[in-house]
Amino acid sequence: MDILQLLVSGIANGCIYGLLALGFVLIYKASEAVNFAQGDMMMLGAFLGITFINASYADLPFLIGITLAALLLGLFGYLLDRFVLRAIFGQPQFAMVILTIALGFLMRFFAGVIWGHDPTSLETPFVAQVWMLGELMIPVVDALIILTTVALTTVLYFFFARTRLGVAMQASSQNQMAAYYMGIPVKRINAIVWALSGVVAAIAGVLFAAKGAVEPSVGLLFGIKAFAAAVIGGLGSLPGALLGGLLVGIVEPFAGRFLPEVGQIAPYLLMLVVLVLRPGGLFAQISQKKV
Amino acid sequence: MSNRFKSRYDDDINLFEGRWHLAQYALLIALLLAAPWLLGAYYLGELTAVLIWSLAGLGLMLISGHTGQVSLGHAAFMAIGAFTNLALMMRGWHFIPALLASAVTSGVLGAIISRPILRMSGIYLAIATLALSIIIEDLSIIAEPVTGGVAGLFAPPIDLFGMTIDRYSSPAAFYYLCLAVLVIVTLGYLNLLRSASGRSFLAVRDSEVSARALGVNVARAKTLSFALSCAMTGLAGALYAHLAQAVNYESFLVLISITLLLQVVIGGLGSVHGAFFGAIVVVLLPQSIAMLRDFLNNTAGISIAAYPGMDTALFALLILLMVIYEPRGLYGVWFKVRTWLQLFPLYRKGMFRRTRTYLKTERQR
Repeated sequence: MDILQLLVSGIANGCIYGLLALGFVLIYKASEAVNFAQGDMMMLGAFLGITFINASYADLPFLIGITLAALLLGLFGYLLDRFVLRAIFGQPQFAMVILTIALGFLMRFFAGVIWGHDPTSLETPFVAQVWMLGELMIPVVDALIILTTVALTTVLYFFFARTRLGVAMQASSQNQMAAYYMGIPVKRINAIVWALSGVVAAIAGVLFAAKGAVEPSVGLLFGIKAFAAAVIGGLGSLPGALLGGLLVGIVEPFAGRFLPEVGQIAPYLLMLVVLVLRPGGLFAQISQKKV
Repeated sequence: MSNRFKSRYDDDINLFEGRWHLAQYALLIALLLAAPWLLGAYYLGELTAVLIWSLAGLGLMLISGHTGQVSLGHAAFMAIGAFTNLALMMRGWHFIPALLASAVTSGVLGAIISRPILRMSGIYLAIATLALSIIIEDLSIIAEPVTGGVAGLFAPPIDLFGMTIDRYSSPAAFYYLCLAVLVIVTLGYLNLLRSASGRSFLAVRDSEVSARALGVNVARAKTLSFALSCAMTGLAGALYAHLAQAVNYESFLVLISITLLLQVVIGGLGSVHGAFFGAIVVVLLPQSIAMLRDFLNNTAGISIAAYPGMDTALFALLILLMVIYEPRGLYGVWFKVRTWLQLFPLYRKGMFRRTRTYLKTERQR
């Protein structure tokens, strides 16, 4: 029973990692860039959620608050791409890594200035509510997180596989110049996908804040872990991101329980093992170039 | 400036292009040697820090700038170098063999780690090295017999040529020690770059496929480059341990790894100068911000409230502008200024215009 309980909390945590990893994968799928500030965008989303929902701020209902936070962060993502990231359009991937690392530093600083450095958490209507499944306790928050993640992954999967926009995004990441020639507005596509990843980050952030406290620097390590999750799944694969997130989320509490010495670094060890065995992740998206 | 005609093959690979070039660097060395008389003890300490971070930057420059493999985990090798040096000195080793041992240990560990890790490329490599840095953070607590656990290790004074060198009681001697190490490593680095191995690193950076086609053993080149890079960074870590006087698990956080990469980028990837320029910025920026803040408070009466993390944010802003407007970093700026001066009335505006580029996928390599 104990183990099942650990498993439930591991899965719920893993879903948040998975949600955040989805943000990484989205941007990677559409522009082959990696957003090292994704964790910090999640942190911004969490604080926006707190601002809209908590009684000491705007005191809006939960659903309206999360929608507003998602819309606002989506807009932020769009503007970020339009006015900052577009300046290095077409530069090598590495430039984007450095740029987003710098953006992450700036986001952390401004969040600290606006919201302060004390840990804050979200007041939700279902705090401390639990469903009992036999002897197994399932917190409502955890159930909500799992449902949201599964729904979001499914929607995004079909978005990329079936819709015109999704296919255009995949095309523009595979060959930017060829996508141009085919009449795809690559720059606008990039802006749209950044907006989309902003929305996903906001949802992940609000759910994260419902489960624990946030402070401005929370995004750094959490983001790295989520990125590790995305890499375990194979960057560029949406189901892979979810699977990687779940693996990381599950490994963490179990390692903390049974091997407390390496509990902290277990996700990274897992990632290194996966990468050494399969350098492209579980659902590898890399192939050897034919000359 | 006169034109130089190359009449021998050596002219292409000489370290110094001519007498004037040599004289410039001789002047720089003379200035650096005179620094203890020109600067106060505090600024001498800052200059020593610049030297040490330059050394660490040189290490990262070799793998990231000249071999094209991004590493976000080089603080891990600083940690290995620092702990090796201090642990050996506490067991009675002399400073010089301990320093060499820290370079060798980091280099060998780097070579061992590099085999599996360098099979990855691009972003996968970046995250794998980042993970390495996080793991070392934890390992330096777990490996208590070597690293002293949570408390860490304290640096004993260095006994060299009958002198006792200590960062506080004899700052000038410590400064000369760091300068000597840095000059030797830099000369070795420049020599490496003009050797066959160094050329093969550049070939691997520019295109792995064509390097392989030209007969370069890509795996060997990457491993060698990574090992040498780690050895240099390990040396820097050992010297840093003596500068900071104490190291523990908090001395080499992931943020140091990230800062080190940003330092190399801000200086200019793929140039030896860049490692030095970047170190100057990283070490002196917090100072300059504090001075600017005091200056504004005292003279203009403008009060900038001291937000925590202000200098990190300004540093990040600098990086942001650098990546957007000058991807070749401070070295690029310096190169343009130098060209402008050399060509004086003949400089044309479009000389360094960037050509339009499109992202090439890294999913096929």
